[in-house]
Amino acid sequence: MTVTVLLFASYADAVGRSEIELDVESGATVSDVIEQVRAMGDADRLPPAPMVAVNEQYASRDRELRAGDEVALIPPVAGG
Amino acid sequence: MYSAIIDAPIDVARLLERVSSNANGATVLFLGIVRDVNDGRDVSGIEYTAYRSMAERELASIVEEAAALADSNDVAVEHRLGELGIGECSVAIAVGHPHRGRAFDAARHVIEELKKRVPIWKREQYVDGTREWVRATSAELVDARGER
Repeated sequence: MTVTVLLFASYADAVGRSEIELDVESGATVSDVIEQVRAMGDADRLPPAPMVAVNEQYASRDRELRAGDEVALIPPVAGG
Repeated sequence: MYSAIIDAPIDVARLLERVSSNANGATVLFLGIVRDVNDGRDVSGIEYTAYRSMAERELASIVEEAAALADSNDVAVEHRLGELGIGECSVAIAVGHPHRGRAFDAARHVIEELKKRVPIWKREQYVDGTREWVRATSAELVDARGER
């Protein structure tokens, strides 16, 4: 199945892209996505346990994904 | 209640109008301003970016919490994105309430939670020509844990 991965700020720089259509096995979790994305870029700049949102809501790394989910890897936020 | 992520300069007078009421004896206004030094480095400007749809959603839910805390619907916030220069306003929060205590509490809630939860990032541009994504300062992390 396919999920959409969104990358922002320093994480987008680390991978060189801000959006990836990612093929994952059915039953894949957020952790599986993080692992695949880290393998694509500069893993030193993309930590193993970043904050994550699924479909615009903060989610844990063991969250099981469904086809079409939007998974955002969220660097430390710095608004204000 | 009102919250927005915007690209144009923040109109503070207009934001204050949104929380004005004859019942409110107090209005608290907080402005976040781009300053010229951070961590000892001379800053020339800041670029703000966001996960916009989620940022709008988180900001709206923070405003709802603040309104519940203050028992007042007169809570308004705008956060600006894009390239900002020194002295420009990046975020404005206005709260109106019959009394000052709850107005201060609600405004404080909005800015503290915004800094923890709203997916917005800033890249500082330095006078020496380099630029870097900003992480939360250690002081803010300590604040967030309630240790001072």
